[in-house]
Amino acid sequence: MQIKEIQEEIVDEFSMFDDWMQRYEYMIDLGKSLPLINDTYKTEDNIIKGCQSKVWVHAELEEDKLVFTADSDAIITKGIIAILIRAFSNQKPQDIIDADTDFIDEIGLKEHLSPTRANGLVSMIKQLKLYAVAYQTQLN
Amino acid sequence: MIDVTKIRQDFPILNREVNGKPLVYLDNAATSQTPQQVIDVIVDYYQNYNANIHRGVHALSQEATDKYEVARQKIQEHFNAKNSYEIIFTSGTTHSINIVANGFTTLLEKGDEILVSAMEHHSNIVPWQMLAEKTGAVLKVIPMNLEGELKIDVYEELLSDRTKLVFCNHISNALGTINPIEQIIDKAHEAGAAVLIDGAQAAPHVKADMQKLDVDFYTASAHKMCGPTGVGMLFGKEEWLNKLPPYQGGGEMIAEVTFEKTTYADLPHKFEAGTPNICGGIAFGAALDYMNGIGFDAIAEYEHQLLEYATQELLKIEGLKIYGTAKNKTSVISFNIEGLHPYDIGSILDKLGIAVRTGHHCAQPIMDFYKIPGTVRASFSFYNTMSEVDDLVAAVVRAKGMLE
Repeated sequence: MQIKEIQEEIVDEFSMFDDWMQRYEYMIDLGKSLPLINDTYKTEDNIIKGCQSKVWVHAELEEDKLVFTADSDAIITKGIIAILIRAFSNQKPQDIIDADTDFIDEIGLKEHLSPTRANGLVSMIKQLKLYAVAYQTQLN
Repeated sequence: MIDVTKIRQDFPILNREVNGKPLVYLDNAATSQTPQQVIDVIVDYYQNYNANIHRGVHALSQEATDKYEVARQKIQEHFNAKNSYEIIFTSGTTHSINIVANGFTTLLEKGDEILVSAMEHHSNIVPWQMLAEKTGAVLKVIPMNLEGELKIDVYEELLSDRTKLVFCNHISNALGTINPIEQIIDKAHEAGAAVLIDGAQAAPHVKADMQKLDVDFYTASAHKMCGPTGVGMLFGKEEWLNKLPPYQGGGEMIAEVTFEKTTYADLPHKFEAGTPNICGGIAFGAALDYMNGIGFDAIAEYEHQLLEYATQELLKIEGLKIYGTAKNKTSVISFNIEGLHPYDIGSILDKLGIAVRTGHHCAQPIMDFYKIPGTVRASFSFYNTMSEVDDLVAAVVRAKGMLE
């Protein structure tokens, strides 16, 4: 599936929830089901540091696609990175670079979007895209 | 005794909703809310006498100057400083500490020692680290125990004739501990060291008497005591303020300027370069009037009740642990629930309209001490109610249920 399609799927899923409570419960479930990053990748290099919680992201190229794994010490943050990984993992680096992220606005997670929150969605997206740029350069 | 229903009417913000729920504001240690009486003073300033001070010959400037200097006197009276020129207007506690830390660069030598308590927030650590780097002085830490109380016996052992300066908060922002500053000041003076007490967290709860404490420097921020942000004060004993060089150069702090040499203005202007936060200073005075109108004894008594009740109710939650259990503490409760991350709890509490702080509270060494990523911190003010404590407890229970 293409990134756009997956994003639409996520938006559809979130639109089923009437209130924040269900949305958060869903995110917590997503966080709990996130395939964990291999502990050896939980390094300083892979960390997105914030004031509030820590997020580790690791990227690996499998054939021509980029596979992300991640973890966080906070479960809601883990849920957020799980959503992003679902949208961007197993995709070609160039597609990740080109992808827009408007779907975030549509799933009602705006409060996590603040660019000043270093562990917020914005930094996570930036990090995923940075990996994509790095691997794209390698591919070229 | 405090009439909390009546007091709450003074704070328009307490009527608003957050995420569709009535706001329960429990982040008072970060910043307190502002009563209408103080807001009116701010509006009055901009509507009626906004002008630059100390230099203008016109009426508005004179009016603004008078009110600004009256505010300084109010601060002097409140903190019982000997002279009003020992009160320096600053942008807040961080600025106040930096003025002193910067000033000591000319007074310290390599090998001199400066002592800091283990429960400081970053503003009372980093400026001194910078000072130590510049001068070659050695920074030593006064340790604390698991309850979050300073080990005074170790402090006394650390003091020596090499100790030049001791700095410590009056009340810890992350733990709520009220430190025995009288003892800390006396012992430091016996060793011949100067003392700076960071009063940012204490000033909203207790009235500190500069002369009785015989402290050398004391700091406070208006925004934690019902005033606006961006203004605070540094108290310094006259003899010390005269010894310290100015922090910033510019207008207001000069006596005479030629291209060959500049002489500095007398206190307090020596430390007040540039146009200050005039409105903020005046509103700081109004905030003190407001709090004194309620009375600090009544505030302390009521906040203690809130603390006791909240502690008792929160501890009923299984797996909840409070960090900072000093015998003498103020209305701050820092806690975690076993297996849960403070960020998750805080995020859900926010959705329920409850404003608490989560994270390391800009006091990372404390979190390292307890080996935790941070805490959830509920900090109470005199305008909070017992039923808000119940709301907090119910919300924590709900968050726990969702997260486990």
